[in-house]
Parts: sequence; C-alpha cells; structure tokens
Amino acid sequence: MAEVDLRPGSLESRRPLSPHLLIYRPTLTMMMSIAHRITGAALYFGTLLLAWFLIAASTDAEAFAIVSSFMNSLVGKLILFAFTWALFHHLLGGVRHLIWDSGHGFAYPQREWLAQATLIGGALLAAGVWLLAFWAR
Amino acid sequence: MAHDRATTRTAASKVRFLGAAKTGTQDAWRVRVTSVALAFLTIAFVWIVLSLVGKDYASARAFLARPPVAILLLMFILSGVQHMKIGMQAIIDDYVHAPHLKDASLLANLFFSFAIGLACVYAVLKLSFA
Repeated sequence: MAEVDLRPGSLESRRPLSPHLLIYRPTLTMMMSIAHRITGAALYFGTLLLAWFLIAASTDAEAFAIVSSFMNSLVGKLILFAFTWALFHHLLGGVRHLIWDSGHGFAYPQREWLAQATLIGGALLAAGVWLLAFWAR
Repeated sequence: MAHDRATTRTAASKVRFLGAAKTGTQDAWRVRVTSVALAFLTIAFVWIVLSLVGKDYASARAFLARPPVAILLLMFILSGVQHMKIGMQAIIDDYVHAPHLKDASLLANLFFSFAIGLACVYAVLKLSFA
C-alpha cells in the first residue's frame, strides 16, 4: 500500500477523512452491536470449557471430578454464569439480526425496542436458567 | 449488449465464469444458516446442561450416551464451530491488518475451530460407544 503523509500541513492531512467510530455519540443500538461482537468472541473461547467437560466425562471419574469441582467453585460458577448470559444475549442479538435481514425493524422506535428486548431478555433468560439449575439440584 | 435481468453477472464474466462474486457471499450466508440452526440447538444445549446439574459421574455418562442427547450435542457442536469460525474471521478481518499477524491469526482461528470441533465430537462419540 502507498505511504500516506499525515504530517501537519501535508496535502493528505488537509483532505477530508471519513468519520471514525469514536466521534459518534454512543447509542443503545451501537452498544448492542459491540456487545454482540464481544459476546460472540467470549463464547468462542468459552467452547474450551465445553471441550474440557466432554473430554473429562469421556475419560474417567477422576478427570470428571476435576472439571466438576472447577465448575462448582465460585470462579467456575461466575465464568459459567457469564457464559450463560453471553449465550442468551448473543442468541437474541442473532434473532434481531435475522429480523433485520428480513427487512423489518429498522425504523426508529422498533430498533430501540429490539435493542432493549435483547438486553433485558438476555439477562432474564440467564437468570431464569440459573434459578432452574439451583432448583434442579 | 444483451442484458440478462435474472443475474448481476456481466456478459464477459458469465462466459469465462470469472466474476468476482462466485463464493464471496458464502460466509455471509453460512453464518445465517448456522445461526438459525443454533437458535434451536442452543435451547437443546441448555436443556442438556440443566439435566446434568447435580448428576454423579455414572449418571452423567449414561445421560450423555443417550442417542437424542448425543445427536443434539453433535449438531450443536458442528453448527457452532462453523458459526464461530466465520465470526472470528470477521473480527480478524476488521481489526488485524499487519500482514504476517493477520495470516497467523486466520490460521490460528481455523486450527482452533477445527480442534474444538474434533475434540468435542470425539468425546461425544466415545461417550456413546465406549
């Protein structure tokens, strides 16, 4: 790629540049877009936990005991809760994107409702699953 | 010049089949297809995890070896690793621009996704057949 001279006073530095993300006032839909990407990346690395659990379960009782004690520890529970929330948040964010793909939900109040529903729905579903988990044991 | 309104391919590239957009939309499409599958499979996955809560080793193994459980897990894993590979590739494409680092990141993403997928599939099959 050609070198661009951006020193003060150079020809290039006086050209108009396209606006960058950081100059915009934060909005809920923008934050939800960023959150969708962050939760996706978190779930990506969270699959290590699933792989660890499945491999341990398929190995022997000792390996299963190790992964179980980690997941039952405070740190393990916090990571699993974060995983649960990220999973539901990303799931609802994905449904929102599918609605947009169909051409609906771009207008002013609807896109805000969808963003709020994703945020609140993700938190409620994560909380609900954990209530069920505590009730089941 | 005759225009075929059913396609956006230009006449010359149609003859040569060299248009730029042969496979460029494949990832965008596949991430949506897997997202629809995962919307349903995630519910199954959460049910499986909830069913495992409080189970000892023997009953957890027995549960994971049940055919519907193992098959749903395999479907979740296979759609999931495809979906996450494409998603992480989009993140790398957006933020990593240094040539060698970009190549290394794309390779690492591919290897990680394959490794996770194969490890999980291996474990589920072993639980089912061992």
